[in-house]
Amino acid sequence: MSEHQTAVSRRDVIRRGAMVAAGVAIVAPTDAGDASESLSKRFETLATAHIEINGVDHRLELQPRVTLLDTLRERLNLTGTKKGCNRGECGACTVLLDGRRVNACLVLAVAADGRKVTTIEGLADGPHLHPVQQAFIDHDAFQCGFCTCGQIMSAVGCIAEGHTGSNAEIREWMSGNICRCSAYPQISAAVEAAARERV
Amino acid sequence: MRDFSYARPTSRAEAIALAGMPDTMVLAGGTEFLNWARIGIVEPARIVDISRIPGIEGVEALAGGVRIGALTKLNDAAQHPLIRASYPVLSEAILKSASAQIRNLATVGGNPLQRVRCPYFRADEPTPCNKRVPGSGCAALHGFNEKHAIFGWTKDCVAVHPADPLVALAALDAVFTTDGKDGGRRIPARSFNTLPGEDATAHSVLRHGELIVGIEIGGAAPKSAYLKIRERESYEFATVSAAVALDLDGEVIRRARVALGSVAMRPWRLAETERRLAGQRLGSPAIGAAVDAGFADALPLSSNAYKIKLARNAALRTIELAARA
Repeated sequence: MSEHQTAVSRRDVIRRGAMVAAGVAIVAPTDAGDASESLSKRFETLATAHIEINGVDHRLELQPRVTLLDTLRERLNLTGTKKGCNRGECGACTVLLDGRRVNACLVLAVAADGRKVTTIEGLADGPHLHPVQQAFIDHDAFQCGFCTCGQIMSAVGCIAEGHTGSNAEIREWMSGNICRCSAYPQISAAVEAAARERV
Repeated sequence: MRDFSYARPTSRAEAIALAGMPDTMVLAGGTEFLNWARIGIVEPARIVDISRIPGIEGVEALAGGVRIGALTKLNDAAQHPLIRASYPVLSEAILKSASAQIRNLATVGGNPLQRVRCPYFRADEPTPCNKRVPGSGCAALHGFNEKHAIFGWTKDCVAVHPADPLVALAALDAVFTTDGKDGGRRIPARSFNTLPGEDATAHSVLRHGELIVGIEIGGAAPKSAYLKIRERESYEFATVSAAVALDLDGEVIRRARVALGSVAMRPWRLAETERRLAGQRLGSPAIGAAVDAGFADALPLSSNAYKIKLARNAALRTIELAARA
């Protein structure tokens, strides 16, 4: 993806310039107004983030307030990551950030600069489903399906963490994913089976 | 949500300089900030993302204790072998908080900066709340207050602090270490948050531009436990919780430390209970009497008298759990 890779990014140029300015301000604050002005320049109203999403590098110009969730869905059309509660309560937006499961609605996209994100779209290997995806099908682990992408991403994280020693442990460590249809018995069975397969 | 500008400093000194700017807030894990901003509880012009400043992440043994860097994720702190073995009350309290996903984002330094879960404070539409709009009153005082305080409240605020790890830290006499433009401070976990009698509009004693950089805990407390009572088995805030650390001489309590959670605006140490527990034999009737003595100054609101009995029984059970830890 050569269009996403530039030798020197705008952020780098701004950061280097600002660091010099801030350094001067901290060392020799002869004028409080000047110091404050130099510090102000460290803040960006439009920031560039380089994020590797499902193995592809993306260079994104972002308003700082935009979440990773909205960036995935609205900017990149990766709509598998669902927007449920948008406040960290339901888990429908679960993705892997540097390999660890997080709520994408609680992460600013700009704060994911330099990090790797995996979404549900990045799990399958070509036509071959990820073992957790297959396990959810085999165990009928969904009804309406809205929470399923988040459940599967959370399960991938849960299995990688090793919190699948018992059905009770799976339920505890999957409690951040709410299923309004209450398919919990099938979901925990699917996670248990996928974890066994992995071993 | 009001738009804001963003800076991500790469050193602690730079972070402190930036965090001291007016109308500026600090972001670490971000799990609370974004929800505040969505509701309109905060509307900062600038955000300082401190998540990548070096040197304040991880768990390290100190002589006679441990230091946890402020940026350590909750899950990492709770599952660290040293914390599990020497401070089970803290490991349990962390793992009973939030969800696995949130604990992968949230930091131990950000955790005590959570704000109250009072529905009036978090309301989408304006309601009287002195923490939301100073001087507007307290809608919970005569409103929905089933989950609110039984200790240390005033008519100006009856909310409780929701953090679980903080209750364990208070029982362990942990200290938050800070850094700021005027130097650092050491703030005991048990008095980090502000009681309404001191300032009903405040959340904690942390100053603008001051950063929590670490937590220090003294000697190991292997005989310790955390009990969280809540309406769901998992992923729910406490109705009440209890953290207990015991120093035992065989079956006799040499020293007990007992803190309650979700009963006040800060973790509530039962000083009189602790004093009376010293020298008592485990399982003796004197234990119950000692716990009762800690509730002499408990005062219920219109709808939460049940919490006094619940907290009393939670403290008693947690003493037993800690003895068996």
